[in-house]
Amino acid sequence: MAFDSLPLKLTELPGAVPAWQGLASAADLPDICQAVKNQGGRLAALWGTDEQDREQGYALHLALAKPEGMLWLRAALPAGELQYPDLSSIFYAAGRMQRAARDLLGIDADAADRRPWLRHAAWPDTEYPLRRNVAAATVFEKCTDDYRFVSVIGDGVHEIPVGPVHAGTIEPGHFRFSIVGEKVLRLEERLGYTHKGVDKRFRGMPFTEGAKLAGRISGDSTVAYAWAYCMALESIAAVAPPARALWLRALLLERERIANHLGDLGSLGNDGGLAFGLAQFTRLKEDVLRLNHRLFGHRYLMDRIVPGGVACDLDRSALDAIERECDALELEVRLLRDIYDDHSGLQDRFLTCGRLTPNTASKLGVIGLAGRASSQAWDLRAQAQPAPYNLLDTHMKTHKNGDVAARVILRFDEIFESLRLIRAVIERIAPGEIAAPLLSVAADKSGLGWVEGWRGESVVALESGADGRIRSCHAHDPSWQNWPALAFAVFNNIVPDFPLINKSFNLSYSGCDL
Amino acid sequence: MYQLLKQIATVGIKTEAPPQADEALRVVSQRLKREILGMFAGSLAIRHVDAGSCNGCELEIHMLNNPYYNIEGLGIKFVASPRHADLLLVTGPVSRNMELALKRTFDAMPAPKLVVAVGDCGCSGGIFGESYASCGRVGNVIAVDVAVPGCPPTPTALLQGILTAISSGRHGGA
Ligand code: SF4
Repeated sequence: MAFDSLPLKLTELPGAVPAWQGLASAADLPDICQAVKNQGGRLAALWGTDEQDREQGYALHLALAKPEGMLWLRAALPAGELQYPDLSSIFYAAGRMQRAARDLLGIDADAADRRPWLRHAAWPDTEYPLRRNVAAATVFEKCTDDYRFVSVIGDGVHEIPVGPVHAGTIEPGHFRFSIVGEKVLRLEERLGYTHKGVDKRFRGMPFTEGAKLAGRISGDSTVAYAWAYCMALESIAAVAPPARALWLRALLLERERIANHLGDLGSLGNDGGLAFGLAQFTRLKEDVLRLNHRLFGHRYLMDRIVPGGVACDLDRSALDAIERECDALELEVRLLRDIYDDHSGLQDRFLTCGRLTPNTASKLGVIGLAGRASSQAWDLRAQAQPAPYNLLDTHMKTHKNGDVAARVILRFDEIFESLRLIRAVIERIAPGEIAAPLLSVAADKSGLGWVEGWRGESVVALESGADGRIRSCHAHDPSWQNWPALAFAVFNNIVPDFPLINKSFNLSYSGCDL
Repeated sequence: MYQLLKQIATVGIKTEAPPQADEALRVVSQRLKREILGMFAGSLAIRHVDAGSCNGCELEIHMLNNPYYNIEGLGIKFVASPRHADLLLVTGPVSRNMELALKRTFDAMPAPKLVVAVGDCGCSGGIFGESYASCGRVGNVIAVDVAVPGCPPTPTALLQGILTAISSGRHGGA
């Protein structure tokens, strides 16, 4: 068992991924985290819940990951207690998550940086919207937003503030560059602009509706989130989706990965000065979306994964169409890769640009595609292998250079791997049911969902309430871990390269603003 | 370079010969082109603001630029500043954290100006609704001329919405 050596009593959570749950006291968290870190583990997520309706106080939750599985650790703070020990000195990524937990719930890590994160001006710092005594319809009085950016002082240093509304069609966020000449000395990110109150919204929602909301946490990863949510719910209900449903889920997830990678490769070509790339790759992406629409009824595959299975089946001719598409894509993408590889202007922009060294990536706990491009070997499909990946033998792709070029290469490699996986799915898929009924979902149970989406892992931690409703649900996007890495990657680069570097990470705003 | 040119030549022009001809799209595109020619001297400048979307609607807006829809070929350009935009395309429920930025963007546009709210979220607040964090539909924050439902709306629906907005006459503005 992955977390055997910890001095904790763990219960195994049933379901598709190896997962355990344990209780700890807040005071023990630093030691436990340090031990997990020493064993090669990392922080996957951190969030808080209000347990006052159970006559307890607030609870802090951690999801700790190792290649073999995940530990969901709950630390109940005694009633009236709001403090818990800072974990950001052990896991860098904890910092912003702790700040978010404070904004929403008022629980406070004793950390150096205690500036708000999700709270801008929509509620005062004396109010905590995720508390149970705050009614869902409550709207707070607007207050002033006096966020303090870190200022860099020195001869010739000046600032460029960008956002929240950016020049292109992208999500909103604020970037504060401190520069000398055109060199970036420091990039400070401020996010939270798309905070929509998702955790609060989940509460009390019927389980089926929850799957839809999960699929809209980050629209480009709708398959990953819907699957993670359903995986968590199926764990609680002790229901295993039928084999055919699992194959179809993997097929959907790999199609989502391919569509996003195609789009990114196009934009990266464009940002690198090769508009040809944008035209070619978005054409291929549109073909994939159209086939999605024809076969699954939705271009981005929203709401195709439902609790218990999937909402759509494929007949033989549909599978043939997908195989033909795989063959066509394989040829076209190989050709375009050769063109990208041979294009000296493009390679000049890509190589050594926005470098995130493996050492920095490891210190920050960077995961997903961006992590793998900097030697961080985390890919759930190849490691914990939730079904049906246990039958698929995914080849994890990594690169050690950590520059834009490496993130481009990874995208190409992963497209080919996804095409291979889709072919393997089509080879193995057998006739059968596509969904299992979720008869009764017991109250007060916990389930974890963990899925390797195209950007990285999506984690969903779900607790059931009474009458088929959600007690609490927290979704975690890999962008939490990776946003800080962007700031390191742009250090010492020139400002005009920022769009290219940013695109090469392509992180989610909505996914972590929640 | 040879490969690149060969690829351009073999792929050909997708705009006029999509694999599955989309009749609705063709009709919308032609009307759109006429309207833009007539009313905006052949060029419509759109500023997009994500006011809190899940990023799903953005994906479809991006797709408008692909060779199949080729929105720039219709004379429509996405611009980086609201100060030279004719039309504001707003996605998402408006998060309270984006309310001010959205209003400011709207105010920065020269009148007359048009606003198209995009997606179920933009139309009604969608699954996120109204809460401590979300103002709900775009119309709750700024005046909307046309709302395009869908989650997300297809590129064709987006083109249709833009067409409806510009053919309904220019908006009086703020
Ligand atoms: S309408 Fe749908 S795709 Fe668009 S922002 Fe809302 S949830 Fe996302």
